[in-house]
Amino acid sequence: MKIEVLGSGCAKCTQLYDNVKKALALAGKAAEVVKVQDIPTIMKYGVMSTPALVIDGKVMFSGKLATPEEIGGML
Amino acid sequence: MFTFLETFADLVVIRLLGLDRATHLGGALHFFIYDTLKIFILLATIIFCVAIVRSWFPPERTKRILAHEREYVGNVMAALLGIVTPFCSCSAVPLFIGFVESGVPLGVTFSFLISSPMVNEVALILLWGMFGWRISLIYIGTGLVVAIVAGIVIGRLKMEKCVQDYVWEIKVGDVAVAERNWPERFAYARGYTSGLLKKIWPYVVIGIGIGAFIHGYVPQDFLVKWAGRDNPLAVPLAVALGVPLYANAAGVIPIVQALTAKGMAIGTVLAFMMAVTALSLPEAVILSNVLKKPLLATFFGVVAVAITMVGYLFNVIL
Repeated sequence: MKIEVLGSGCAKCTQLYDNVKKALALAGKAAEVVKVQDIPTIMKYGVMSTPALVIDGKVMFSGKLATPEEIGGML
Repeated sequence: MFTFLETFADLVVIRLLGLDRATHLGGALHFFIYDTLKIFILLATIIFCVAIVRSWFPPERTKRILAHEREYVGNVMAALLGIVTPFCSCSAVPLFIGFVESGVPLGVTFSFLISSPMVNEVALILLWGMFGWRISLIYIGTGLVVAIVAGIVIGRLKMEKCVQDYVWEIKVGDVAVAERNWPERFAYARGYTSGLLKKIWPYVVIGIGIGAFIHGYVPQDFLVKWAGRDNPLAVPLAVALGVPLYANAAGVIPIVQALTAKGMAIGTVLAFMMAVTALSLPEAVILSNVLKKPLLATFFGVVAVAITMVGYLFNVIL
């Protein structure tokens, strides 16, 4: 599983990245988690508000900070 | 509507602390307690309601609506959608690219970019709470006019080549906007409200604190000479001061309200508020990723001129 956190370095983006890590720990799952900061890649997903979460190439949500529990439900 | 807060502030200041409201300290403290409580009740309620409305307008949908609009109608629509579309300056770049890539005209995009941070519920509530509904409606109305007119002017200048070249080469993917159900809307609004309150509460408290100090200690009519309606330089000066004071509309309004009580003219107040919310240096830095310098300067210049005109206008008619 590949998880991408999209966002150009804002506070919420960093928090979302941390929440993804927590969600994985809670679920006892392993995945590759990457921060995507470059604009063309973010735009390729059609995302216009950050932070956004992409799992295996699919946009799960954009423009909000999800809790580890919410993210857990998407894994 | 808020008499119980008045009673509560009386109780604390007079009964509990044994102060007289007519003294400097008593007056300032009473103002601080009453205003802080009132503002936070208003903020929590209205931000929540607006967030519910916002759950229907993610930027991806707003973009789709505006992509089919032309000049004039498009500018009006963009300014109005700016109110209800959630916007954070840290998303200004993907938002801008998403708009122009899907065919939203440049001027229409600017109407959105100007209206979205300026005409928002936090400014509305604080102005309503501190100046009354008339001033807050005037702010909203003229804010929309500024966004529409400035967008049309920028559109007419045909500065498309002053957008950074890479912007036109980016291919924007299409993302399906998931339909939310009611529990999701409420969860979104709760998260949005608590997130926003967490971000702005220190500014509000500090702003009201400084405002309370000014109310209690600065002599009456202190500012009439400097910021009254007879000083023609007050409006441009207020606009120039407003630009570096970013994002703290929440903290600035209580201070400005206290300054008004000491003689600052209301048009000057409106111009200052608009400059604080619409134009900011961090936003300029962020937007320089997508705009070349001439367009960035034009954007700031056109908006600053429009806001200054608003200030003069209301100093004359109010």
